[in-house]
Amino acid sequence: MNLLLSGFRVEFDGCPVVVGLDERVAAGEWLCVIGPNGAGKSSLLRGIAGLVPSSGTAQIGERHISDCTARETARLVAYVPQDPILPDDMSVYDYVMLGRNPYVHPFGRESSRDRDVVSRLVAELELAVYARRMLGTLSGGERQRVVVARALAQESPVLLLDEPTSALDIGHQQRALELVDSIRRERSITVVSAMHDLTLAGLYADRLLLLHQGVAVARGGARQVLRSETLAEFYGISARVIHEQDGTVVVVPQRMGGAS
Amino acid sequence: MSTGRPEPVERRKQSESLATPARSVLWWVGGVALVLISAVVGAAIGPAGPAWWRVPLALFDRLPLIGVESGVTDAQWNIVWQIRAPRVVLAALVGAMLSIAGASYQGAFRNPLVDPYLLGVAAGAGLGATVAFVLNREATQHWVIDPVPLAAFVGGLIAVALTYAVGTAFGANRSTTALVLAGVAVTSLATAIQTFVLQRNNDVVRQVYSWILGRLTTASWGDVRLVLPYVAVSSVVLLLHRRLIDVLRVGDDEARALGVNVDRVRLVVVLAATLGTSAAVAVSGLIGFVGIIVPHTVRLLLGASYRRVIPLSMFLGAAFLIAADIPGRVLTSPSETPIGVVTAFFGAPFFLLILRLRDQRA
Repeated sequence: MNLLLSGFRVEFDGCPVVVGLDERVAAGEWLCVIGPNGAGKSSLLRGIAGLVPSSGTAQIGERHISDCTARETARLVAYVPQDPILPDDMSVYDYVMLGRNPYVHPFGRESSRDRDVVSRLVAELELAVYARRMLGTLSGGERQRVVVARALAQESPVLLLDEPTSALDIGHQQRALELVDSIRRERSITVVSAMHDLTLAGLYADRLLLLHQGVAVARGGARQVLRSETLAEFYGISARVIHEQDGTVVVVPQRMGGAS
Repeated sequence: MSTGRPEPVERRKQSESLATPARSVLWWVGGVALVLISAVVGAAIGPAGPAWWRVPLALFDRLPLIGVESGVTDAQWNIVWQIRAPRVVLAALVGAMLSIAGASYQGAFRNPLVDPYLLGVAAGAGLGATVAFVLNREATQHWVIDPVPLAAFVGGLIAVALTYAVGTAFGANRSTTALVLAGVAVTSLATAIQTFVLQRNNDVVRQVYSWILGRLTTASWGDVRLVLPYVAVSSVVLLLHRRLIDVLRVGDDEARALGVNVDRVRLVVVLAATLGTSAAVAVSGLIGFVGIIVPHTVRLLLGASYRRVIPLSMFLGAAFLIAADIPGRVLTSPSETPIGVVTAFFGAPFFLLILRLRDQRA
């Protein structure tokens, strides 16, 4: 389903952190939000997920998020924070099952369909060996997959990922992003992620959105957004941007003061 | 990725069975059986009355359609039924309530170190009940609804609200000990006010003190009738919320993103736990450590999911307090050791053990 934002605004104590954003993300599209620290990336994601008050409209398909209860929102949007809390003494299976909460009656128990969804995800994300393991015993890469599995258990058309790779080494970053990419193509899930690594952002996202002090200052494909003038202006860095022949855009930071 | 192939079916079956209905029925049956066995043992042991082995027979004899020759005289039966039985039932209700409330507070505040005592709820409830005693107990004790549990509830609520407010102001979100320290402060304050009120009202001091030390000694069926409705309502509410309390383990933010109305769940759970605790305190006085020993024992044995910890704490708590009441009756007979002394004797070292285990993990 489409994610449509118009005049979307998030404020903290009267101080705007996302200002009048208009954006349309198509079903199955991956939009990556980039920008320096404090640009409003996380606030934007949290606003869409309904975790902080927002004004303007955020619409998924025909539904306005502001009209939805917490349970309804959770069926439309799955949100993965930058540092998810994984209780050490909860099993992988139980953790993934938490994703079914929006479908289970508050005072009821899971249906056989809920159990099917979770078992299938656990197998699909190659977590079956870990199903009974406690979260505290998992490695960083395994934890990331478990968190993605919980988000997918929500079966929502929109997936919001805040810095999905910040805790991973380069190999696991790539594997995690490949996983998200294959899943969104398979199920045509709309993905909006915030990312710091500009090269990876350009590599995986269909489009980039550069936020600066809560305002969208650049948007489009990697080639359009990742340019050394733009990065100098908004990140205050000096970086070389290399356009590879296959379309990959590589951002290489340079030493300050023109050292070579 | 390294662990390619899909898992063999057998393995997956095993992992799914974690949450199946059949298993949880077994746990419930086991829990009820544990409580029944300890209740019969509790009714059988005591300084006066029939030989212990005759008591189960006599109890059987009373069941409909069953006739057993137990050899228990009417006078002996009166000791069992009018003195021991209400005491056992009251111990079960209070133990179940303190344990289920302890487990629920731990879940609602995401803090494994809290229980009705450490949060100040018990002291607040004690203060509320003391005030009700002082304000003319003679006149109020025959009211249709006894005001003592209600006054205890008001006191307990004020205490838990104060602890939560102070604890959050001083960083309970960053550290689990801030909430406990706030609870210690609130407990001291409530106890100080209680002492002050008592000094001003010398005539009720004896009455209140005998009650503070744990009043299971004088338990009657009237006490059981008084506390039962509160314990029933509170336990049902907490049992219904056990799955949601489990979702809270991932933190407020993520629980909200998963569709849980976090503030409402926390409010309802804390209200229900405080109501039940206050009523328990109003009939039994202060019995410490049950709310922390029992849930942690369940966790150590059967894992940390609140879906299991909450119901099983209820059963184990009932059995534990019935058992803890026995040495108090027998060891120092004919005088009695207050049950609060027995639970503190086991509870204090256990609490230190939990602190130590947590330190090692961190």
